[in-house]
Amino acid sequence: MSTRDVELLRGDARPSLGSSGRRWGEDGIRALLLVCACVSVLTTLGIIIALVQPAIEFFREVNLIDFITGTRWAPLFKPSSFGVLPLISATLLLTFWAAVIFIPFGLGTAIFLSEYARPGVRRVLKPALEILAGIPTVVFGFFALVFFTPFLQDIGLGLETFNIVGAGVVIGVMLIPTVASISEDAMAAVPQDLRAGAYALGATRFHVATRVVVPSAFSGIIASYILAISRAIGETVIALIAAGTIARITFNPEEGAASMAAFIAATGVGDVPTGSIEYKTIFAVGLTLFVFTLVMNIFSTRLVRRYREVYE
Amino acid sequence: MLKGDDMETAQATEPAVRLDRVEPAIADRSDPAAVAAVQVPPVFQVTGLSVTYGSHLALADVTMDIRSKAVTAFIGPSGCGKSTFIRCFNRLNDLIPSARVTGQVLYHEDDLYSPTVDPVEVRKLIGMVFQKPNPFPKSIYDNVAFGPRVLRRKDELDGRVEMALRRAALWDEVKDRLKTNALSLSGGQQQRLCIARCLAVEPDVILMDEPASALDPISTSAIEDLMHELKTDYTIVVVTHNMQQAARVAEMTAFFSVDVGEDGQRTGVLVEYDETQTIFTTPADPRTEGYVTGRFG
Ligand SMILES: Nc1ncnc2c1ncn2[C@@H]1O[C@H](COP(=O)(O)OP(=O)(O)O)[C@@H](O)[C@H]1O
Ligand SMILES: [Mg+2]
Repeated sequence: MSTRDVELLRGDARPSLGSSGRRWGEDGIRALLLVCACVSVLTTLGIIIALVQPAIEFFREVNLIDFITGTRWAPLFKPSSFGVLPLISATLLLTFWAAVIFIPFGLGTAIFLSEYARPGVRRVLKPALEILAGIPTVVFGFFALVFFTPFLQDIGLGLETFNIVGAGVVIGVMLIPTVASISEDAMAAVPQDLRAGAYALGATRFHVATRVVVPSAFSGIIASYILAISRAIGETVIALIAAGTIARITFNPEEGAASMAAFIAATGVGDVPTGSIEYKTIFAVGLTLFVFTLVMNIFSTRLVRRYREVYE
Repeated sequence: MLKGDDMETAQATEPAVRLDRVEPAIADRSDPAAVAAVQVPPVFQVTGLSVTYGSHLALADVTMDIRSKAVTAFIGPSGCGKSTFIRCFNRLNDLIPSARVTGQVLYHEDDLYSPTVDPVEVRKLIGMVFQKPNPFPKSIYDNVAFGPRVLRRKDELDGRVEMALRRAALWDEVKDRLKTNALSLSGGQQQRLCIARCLAVEPDVILMDEPASALDPISTSAIEDLMHELKTDYTIVVVTHNMQQAARVAEMTAFFSVDVGEDGQRTGVLVEYDETQTIFTTPADPRTEGYVTGRFG
């Protein structure tokens, strides 16, 4: 028995398992990190409160059913009308045209990068995509207005200066990198074993991509689409610059129409008096937009969970 | 090292003696079919095959024949290039950008590495089962139907799937749940599913890279039984690091080892290739003897 054992037995020098004093540094860091985490939560709460308060006041003056089902949006005219459907329809149409672009091109880019591109090509293409993702949306907006729409007019389409299809397609192009990058990450997570297994059965590269890699990465691909749809719904500057500010229900993509976000931006920078009904419309539409995005997010988490493939 | 031709002569002159010396574990190979198989032309003739990964020579100058409708085993320490070598038979090394294969592999009479050969066509004839069971995250049915579907052999698909699962000795266990996800099967069942998936393509050769090393003993013996079953119709090449397994299932065994160069580069070489019983009882090369007795002792 060593002296240490004897000491332990006697209980003289029994080591303490309790804290050897408060670690102030540790507590300080913890508090700091908590503040960081709280900033976004508090901001979200603040936004909701700031939205809901004036929105409630708005709905004291305007019937909720009239707001949701009304087909005429004319808050600044007399007699005014507060049917939000024109703004919603323009928003969904822009999203539709964006999706027509980003769904195939985003996935195609991801498949190309993950399954076809040689390392050299990848090294060039990936940064190029990142540059595309880094271009400010206002640049895309002007690109749509002064280049893309005139181009479509030149090839014989009867577009108005402000139009849905030009804005929607450019929003779609803007979102290609988002879809490609998230989808490609999901594809990179597909085990190499599965690819080898498919090739060993005599599958071509195309079969491996479409029948093994894409289905296995499906949840990630869906997630990328949902994120892109959310961003298309909320896209403001491109819609404002290229699709205009006229609120109307139209299914003709050659015409322009104001989306929810475009309306909010246009009215917000205009000189509507604080507290007026016109001012409160901003918040009512903002709340509607918020509900849309929230529903998309809930929907996406559900869908992603449902399609998540388990690779052991 | 015995070349294919020398071996055939040796086999022809004294087959009875050879078979008398068989260990109990290898005895079931004494059926005449196996002996007769020696006269059939080889399925593969490998000549001077080397594989490099970038600048690393991983496998050097392998020359051997693979016998038809028999099991050929590759044994050797890990890292000696067994997987690299077996992947040469179905051009799977093509998927590794840094890999470069030189030398010749004749499949029946055709050069597998001739520029006119399409690797996709090669893999339809030469199937492969991997070390870790790799079923697709799809239903059991869709796994087996994968090959026939991509090869556009969709007539009688149900029949093909059933046949393949029966041949892989899995049908009775899964026939009531063909639509469930393959990942819900046990490891051993998953591996038999991978074999079924390979059989559904109706290959000529089945390559197996340590097909049982990730499995429990019962599943392992199920896979070994399956190899016995299948070798009447298929040529089987199997990598294993389990020597008893090689002794149990294989007619022919190749022993690979690693040569370490002055620069420390580790290169796989074929040390000895012969009848399995010769490799295990009277190997010609001391390295084989050391490895075999070391592992058995
Ligand atoms: N994909 C690869 N890329 C680079 N080197 C590899 C690759 N696969 C195997 N090697 C190298 O080739 C050698 C042989 O490996 P392998 O064929 O897997 O041996 P074994 O199957 O006998 O264990 C090893 O040195 C290994 O590092
Ligand atoms: Mg290996």
